[in-house]
Amino acid sequence: MAIITMRQAISDALWEEMERDPKVFIMGQEVGVWGGTYAVTKGFLDHFGEKRVRDTPIAESAIVGAGIGAAMVGLRPVSEIMTINFAFVAMDYIVNEAPKMHTMFGGQMKVPLVIRTAGGGGRQLGATHSQTPDAIFAHFPGLKVVSPGTPEDAKGLLKAAIRDDDPVLFIEHAAMYQIRGEVPEGDYTTPIGVSKVQREGDAVTIVTYCKGLQLSMQAAEQLSQEGIEVEIVDLRSLRPLDMGPALASFKKTNRAVIVEEGWPSYGVGAEVATRLYEAAFDYADAPIKRVAQKEVPLPYNAALEQYALAQVEDVVAAVKEVL
Amino acid sequence: MALKKKDHLELYRQMVLIRRVEERSAELYQAGKIGGFLHLYIGQEAVSTGIVSVRQPQDRIITAYRDHGVALNVGISAKEVIAELLGKETGISKGRGGSMHMADVTKNYWGGHAIVGAHLPIAAGMALGDQYEGNDGVTICMFGDGATNIGFFHEGVNLSKVWNLPVLWLCENNQYGMGTAVGRASAVEQIHMKAEGYGIPHSRLEDGMDIMKVREAVGAALDHIRSGKGPYFLEVITYRFEGHSMGDPQRYREKDEVTKWEKNDPIGIYHRYIVDEKIATKADLDKIEQTIEAEVAEAIEFAESSPDPGFDTLFDYMYASKE
Ligand SMILES: Cc1ncc(C[n+]2csc(CCOP(=O)(O)OP(=O)(O)O)c2C)c(N)n1
Ligand SMILES: [Mg+2]
Repeated sequence: MAIITMRQAISDALWEEMERDPKVFIMGQEVGVWGGTYAVTKGFLDHFGEKRVRDTPIAESAIVGAGIGAAMVGLRPVSEIMTINFAFVAMDYIVNEAPKMHTMFGGQMKVPLVIRTAGGGGRQLGATHSQTPDAIFAHFPGLKVVSPGTPEDAKGLLKAAIRDDDPVLFIEHAAMYQIRGEVPEGDYTTPIGVSKVQREGDAVTIVTYCKGLQLSMQAAEQLSQEGIEVEIVDLRSLRPLDMGPALASFKKTNRAVIVEEGWPSYGVGAEVATRLYEAAFDYADAPIKRVAQKEVPLPYNAALEQYALAQVEDVVAAVKEVL
Repeated sequence: MALKKKDHLELYRQMVLIRRVEERSAELYQAGKIGGFLHLYIGQEAVSTGIVSVRQPQDRIITAYRDHGVALNVGISAKEVIAELLGKETGISKGRGGSMHMADVTKNYWGGHAIVGAHLPIAAGMALGDQYEGNDGVTICMFGDGATNIGFFHEGVNLSKVWNLPVLWLCENNQYGMGTAVGRASAVEQIHMKAEGYGIPHSRLEDGMDIMKVREAVGAALDHIRSGKGPYFLEVITYRFEGHSMGDPQRYREKDEVTKWEKNDPIGIYHRYIVDEKIATKADLDKIEQTIEAEVAEAIEFAESSPDPGFDTLFDYMYASKE
């Protein structure tokens, strides 16, 4: 197993899939000459050429819309939206076109499209550029929504997304490209819609994903020093949502904390808590707690922004509260 | 509108002020005191300075995220600009907005907007407000070349003609949208030609480095609009000397190209004009430069010693209604 960065893992997945299947191509702003805003596609243009590494105008609707069309006629596009905040510009295509095609025409058409994008706050980019609106997208049946928290999962899930016959929104975190982790050698995929226990424990179940996984892992280290062993379930996919491991863990620990980066209202935590209550109400020994972002557009000021975002200490505190 | 000596000195002062604020901001960014994105206006000073100098007080102005120039031109102090860059409570947007979001509504300056092209339909709406109320103000909407490829642009520009709105569409063609040269992203390189399709009169100013020419072109456009003839589209050719934002590796352009344009420095051009035309002496201009050094140094001191917004203010300004 090699230890590589999240950036490298995503880059390798794209590269290997493009080598494997000539129908896979990427398009988006600054993916070519610039080498990717987050340097994920550095070197791609030189290697694969302009046909398969397509710089686009600043036109998110067209980036996703054309991706849908190309996918419908047999290509395997990876449309890149620089940040998830700009996905709102392409909202119709992401939620109202891509997820509808297959079902609405009775299964005649398919849209094997991947929309890669980066979300998250904490980089002092202000209110319009710092959001984690994952739950909005996960609301729509017909779309698959994936958001990995480790390099291993990022690589495996991106490969699975590219090979998937349905539209997949692949949400990366703009502040996580440098994190490192072990990645298996050779070709592998990680199934979409399967969550995973990332750390075992018996005291409290933490259900989380993406940046929340990082926070939770750090919180788990601190708690462990105090003799509290938490179990961390990483959702990895928000739709389809696999509740199996979270439910099994909750039945064991009888306590749960859900950690997400976005706002709590109508969010991932709200969904997961409801499902735990629906399926295992009798197992609950304490009310389930949510750790999330304060309900405010994120400010630019660094300290104020961090204050609005969930921190490791918030996770630690929430775990102690449900204990 | 013939300019007197003091008017020229004031315009020169503004251009030098922008340049110094930007240079010092770059240093503050390197020192880690400014976070997020920082899009410098260096090289484009003649454009915003020319525009603001010919607008009437009732003319509104709105621009994109490369907004420090306009901010200083309309009379926001260097103190308030730099305090905003440092995220301080004393900043023009109270530390909430940062570099990309500066506005001063009391000066009819409606901001800095960070979603590319999104402010164009908003500008149309502001012009509608004035038309509706029978005001004779014009809304001046500044945007980049890259912004003319997004749907917002076409929707806003079309609407302005349909409703005959008093809006000046002012495209600052600095020849790149991030790392993408105009010809790689726009179907027409003569961007003003896009107005043709919407039946809007248009022109292109080839020399946007010369503030006198900018003033003339913008003045004529404003006269046209104010006489009730509806929107006008003006493209101004300029160049950004620095990277798109901080940390831009600039792989997309040759150093020679930048050097060539730097010979066309708008401040140098204006300096020469003022001295050659014997409007003022080199000594007069030197004195301005010194005053500005001191003003900017004082502004930085002010900003650095200003307080951060308190955590108790996080939810301030979320809603305008008081209850
Ligand atoms: C909808 C949207 N897509 C992408 C971006 C990222 N982005 C910010 S600035 C920029 C380039 C804009 O170029 P241009 O309009 O020419 O303005 P300039 O930076 O040259 O002043 C891009 C792609 C964004 N802010 N909003
Ligand atoms: Mg530009």
